[in-house]
Amino acid sequence: MQYDIIVSGVGGQGILSIAAVIDLAALHCGLHIHQAEVHGMSQRGGAVQSHLRISDAEIHSGLITEGTADIILSVEPLEALRYLHFLSPEGRIVTATETVVNMAGYPPFELIEAELRRTGSPVLVDAAALAREAGSAKTSNMVMLGAATPFIALDQDILEAGIIELFETKGEKIVAMNIDAFRKGVAFSQQSIQQTVL
Amino acid sequence: MKKHLLLGAEAVASGALDAGISGVYAYPGTPSTEITEFIRKSRETAERGVHASWSANEKTAYEAALGMSYAGKRALSAMKHVGLNVAADAFINSAITGVNGGLVLAVADDPSMHSSQNEQDSRFYGRFAMVPVIEPASQQELYDATVRAFDLSESLKLPVLLRLTTRLAHSRAGVTRVAARDENSLHAEYAPERFVLMPHNARRQYAGLLGKQESLERLSGSSPLNRMIPGNGSTGVLACGIAFNYAMEAKKTFGLDISVLKIGQYPLPRHMVEDLFARCETVLVAEEGYPIYEELLRGWFDDRKITGRMDGALPRAGELTTSLLAEALGVKRPAPAAIPGIVANRPPELCRGCGHRDLFEALNRVMEGFENRHVFSDIGCYTLGALPPYSAIHTCVDMGAAITMAKGAADAGLRPAVCVIGDSTFTHSGMTGLLDAVNEQTPLTVIIADNDTTAMTGGQASAATGSKLRSICRGLGVEEARIRTIVPLKQNLEENMATLREEIAFPGISVVLAVRECIETAARKKRRSGSKPANQ
Repeated sequence: MQYDIIVSGVGGQGILSIAAVIDLAALHCGLHIHQAEVHGMSQRGGAVQSHLRISDAEIHSGLITEGTADIILSVEPLEALRYLHFLSPEGRIVTATETVVNMAGYPPFELIEAELRRTGSPVLVDAAALAREAGSAKTSNMVMLGAATPFIALDQDILEAGIIELFETKGEKIVAMNIDAFRKGVAFSQQSIQQTVL
Repeated sequence: MKKHLLLGAEAVASGALDAGISGVYAYPGTPSTEITEFIRKSRETAERGVHASWSANEKTAYEAALGMSYAGKRALSAMKHVGLNVAADAFINSAITGVNGGLVLAVADDPSMHSSQNEQDSRFYGRFAMVPVIEPASQQELYDATVRAFDLSESLKLPVLLRLTTRLAHSRAGVTRVAARDENSLHAEYAPERFVLMPHNARRQYAGLLGKQESLERLSGSSPLNRMIPGNGSTGVLACGIAFNYAMEAKKTFGLDISVLKIGQYPLPRHMVEDLFARCETVLVAEEGYPIYEELLRGWFDDRKITGRMDGALPRAGELTTSLLAEALGVKRPAPAAIPGIVANRPPELCRGCGHRDLFEALNRVMEGFENRHVFSDIGCYTLGALPPYSAIHTCVDMGAAITMAKGAADAGLRPAVCVIGDSTFTHSGMTGLLDAVNEQTPLTVIIADNDTTAMTGGQASAATGSKLRSICRGLGVEEARIRTIVPLKQNLEENMATLREEIAFPGISVVLAVRECIETAARKKRRSGSKPANQ
C-alpha cells in the first residue's frame, strides 16, 4: 500500500500538525513515512504545503511526483488548487471552504468552487463552523484531518492516538477539543460518502 | 530498535550528539536552523553540558568550533549556504592547519531559493578547500554519515564538509540511533608549525593537504555513501546526494532498467565512474545544485555521451524532481492537470500586528517628502517590507549590507542616505560598517529595527538588543544625542515620523533604534508564563 498526500494551506493554519498526526499514526503501524515540510520565509502568511508519503515499502523520494497524489488535503480552498498538478487523475481533493484573503487578486469563491468541482467529487467542508462547534476556530486543521480520514488507509483510533500524543503537553481540554473537531470531520465525510452512494 | 521521526537537520544533530560532540557553533539560517535547535533542546545537551549557544555570525561560529577542535574535542558547526560565504576565510584556512578533535561543518543549501537570495552549491567550497565532502541521500544516511564524519575528520586531521539541501533538511523520515559515545577529553597541544599560518608553515601545510588528496579519493571509493545499483539498459545515472532518491523513484515508478551510481562522498572516485561508463552508453549526471561534476566528467570522458544540466536535459537552475529525471531519461507521460489560471500568488507578509509594519508606515511617510527615496536594507523579517503594501526598502543583498551600501551611496552623493537593519543582522555584520561610517562622519541614518530576536528563523536569541545595542553604537563612536529610540506603534506614528525627520536631516551619522518585541516571541513567552507580554 502507498498513499501520497499533499497537505496545503496558509502559513499559520496548522498544516504541520496535520502532517505530524498522520506521521505518528503511520509510525505506530510500522509503515515507512516521508514528510517534506516548508519552513522559513513562506511560513509568514504565505502558501505552505507538505508532501506526505506513507508506504509499506521503502520510499525513495521525499517529494510526490506530479500527477500521482492520492489526496490533496487543504485547509484553504484556493491553496487546494495551487497543487492540482500533483493530483492523480483518480485522486481526490478534501478541502475547507473558508477563504484566507491576504493578497491581491484573490478570485471569487464561486470560481474556486467551480474549479474544485471540475476535479471530480471533491469533499468541501465548512471546517470553520465545525471547529467552532468543537470549541475553537483553531481546530479547523483537525476537522480537515478527520474529513480526509475515510480516504486514508489509517484507522481512526490510531489517528486519535496520534492527536492525543501531539497535544498532550497542552492539557486535557485542548486534547478533547481537537479529538472532537477530528470526529466532526470524520462524520461529515462519512455522511457525504453515503449521500454520493445514495 | 526504536525509530525516531526526524527532519534531516535533526538527523545531523542526533548524529553529532551521538558522535560525542562537546559543542555546536552556529548562526541561524533556513534550512540549517533546526540542526542547532535540536541540539539545544536535547536531553543529552543538558546532561553533558554540550555548548549550544548561538554565535554572532557564521565566522565566529566556525572559528570557535575550530578552537574546540584545537583543544582536542569534537565540534559541529552549522550554517546555511550563504553563511559559509561569511565563514569561508576560516573554513578554507582550517583545511591548511588541519584539526585535532573531529570537526564537521554542516551546510544546508537552498536550491530553488525557497528562503534565500541564491542557490550556490557548497560542494564547490569543499573542492576549493580540498577536504572530504559528504552528501547523504536519506535521513538515516545523514545520521550514520554524521557519526562517521567525525571519525573521518579525526583520522585525516581535516575538517569534513557535510552538505544537505532544503528537501533533505526539511523532510522527516524514521531514523534509528546508536548509543552515544563519550566526548573527547581536553587535549590541547602546542603545534604552532601547523596553526601559525605564516608563509613558511603555510607552504608546508598546504603541501601536506595536496599530498592527502589521493587518499581522500580512495576513501570515497570505499565509502558506503558511494555505490552502484546496476541495471541492464544502455543508460546510466550518476546521482549525487538527494538526486539518488529521484533516480530510484523514477526507476521504480516507470520501470526503467537503468544503472544508478550513487554518489554521496567526494572527491569523486574516478574508478566508480569508469565502471558506470563501462556499463552504459549514455550517462545522465543528476546533481542537486550546480553541474560541478558534470563539468568534470565532460573533461574526463569527452568522447562519451554525457547529459545533464549543461545540455538542457535537466534545467540549469532549481531543484530536481522525479518528473525532471524521468523526462531526461526519455519517459513520456501525459501532462498533469494544469493549475487553474485563477490561482493568484500568495507571497509571505509581515505578521498582522508586527512592529515592522508601523516602522515602515512611518518611514514611507517621511520619505515621501524627498525626491530620492532609496532605503537600503538586508536580510531578516524586515526584508518583507520590500513587498506591497509597503515597498519600503529597495535593496537586500547580504547580511549587513544595509549600512555599508547606504554608506557607499552617501559617498557618491545620494541624499538622504537611509538604511534599515535588524538587531541580529546588525551584530552579525553591521557593526563594522557602522564604524566605517562613524570614522568618516558619513551623512547616514541607520535604523535598527530591534525586535529583540532573530525572528525570520523562528525566534533565536539575538546577540545584542535593547540597551546593549545602544551601548554598542555609543562605543563605536555614534554621538549620544544622535542615538534615538522610537517605539513603532500606531499611536506613536506622528512622534516617530518627527524623530526620523530630525535624524535624516542631521548631516552626520545617526542611529534610530526602533524597539518593539516580535509579536511571535512575545506570544510564545505569554503562552509559557501565562502572563501578558510587556508591549502588547
